[in-house]
Amino acid sequence: MSIPGSWYLTLAALLFSIGVVGILVRRNVLIMFMCIELMLNAANLTLVTYARMLNDIGGQVLVFFVLVVAAAEVVVGLGVIVSIFRRAKSTTADDLHILKG
Amino acid sequence: MIPALHSYGTVLHGMIFGLHGIVFGTTLPTLPDSVTFFIAAVIVLVGGIGVVVSRNPVHSALWLVACLFGIAVMFLLQDASFLAAVQIIVYAGAIVVLFLFVIMLLGVDRPESIGSDPLKAQRPLAILFGLGVLGGSLLLGFTAKWESGAKSQAGRAVGGSTNEVQKLGKAVFSIYLLPFEATAALLTIAVVGAVLLTMHANRTTENSKPYEDPKPYEDPVPDGYRSRQGLVANADEEVDLVDKELDVK
Repeated sequence: MSIPGSWYLTLAALLFSIGVVGILVRRNVLIMFMCIELMLNAANLTLVTYARMLNDIGGQVLVFFVLVVAAAEVVVGLGVIVSIFRRAKSTTADDLHILKG
Repeated sequence: MIPALHSYGTVLHGMIFGLHGIVFGTTLPTLPDSVTFFIAAVIVLVGGIGVVVSRNPVHSALWLVACLFGIAVMFLLQDASFLAAVQIIVYAGAIVVLFLFVIMLLGVDRPESIGSDPLKAQRPLAILFGLGVLGGSLLLGFTAKWESGAKSQAGRAVGGSTNEVQKLGKAVFSIYLLPFEATAALLTIAVVGAVLLTMHANRTTENSKPYEDPKPYEDPVPDGYRSRQGLVANADEEVDLVDKELDVK
């Protein structure tokens, strides 16, 4: 027997919660981005686990697409952070109050 | 000597297996599997917590690498070897390097103070919310029923571990061909977008002016007030000015 799927799902839930707390607590935009990556990885782990439990390769294909979208998201997001940093001279989310209408 | 060592070994072995049986109940995974799982799980959780609590962004990125490696081990344990390789190459090799590159480029690789939060209630509320998310997802995971009516479905993917890459490749290039082509377009758009985003700040055309504060800052306090109240350290000059004002009056 291999490891029961519920163990992987519990671990994924824990990792997702760590990501949620991190994105709510931290003020540095870069670290908030890393917490998004944590949450994406928790979701990926869940997808792979269900792909095994249901014997369906579609879950793994979805993980593949999530990886691609994560890469694109990081590229654009870091571009946004760089251009914000040029104007505000910091990567703290609190300093972006000029976005307020 | 050797028999004693041997019996000691059996006792240890029995203890580990006993603990193992308590944790997993009747569906006993093999010992190498469960040892690998727990080591990787500890790496994943410690890495995740390290990302959140590190004061230096560079340390956060390195903890993220540890966490991603743990996830890759989890993929390997579930026969998703291709995804494990992609996880390490794309995440640890490309995404985290990009993070580190931006951190170094912006020069924010200094420790920051995370001791206190400007909003006092935010941290406890965030942890409460995180616990709510954890409890909700666990509840959902353990009480949800499968469509087949079974409580859970577990088992190895049919065909063994060597077949998995082949199945993934067949699925990507047959059923999921259109989304696969769409990802190519998405990546191209992302690269072009990143270049445009970072170039625009340099080139200011005639129509786009850089941001200016609408009103320049004006000191609302009248001249000389601070020195009269004893709020300014070198108040001599201002006191002279105030005396002159009084003389004029």
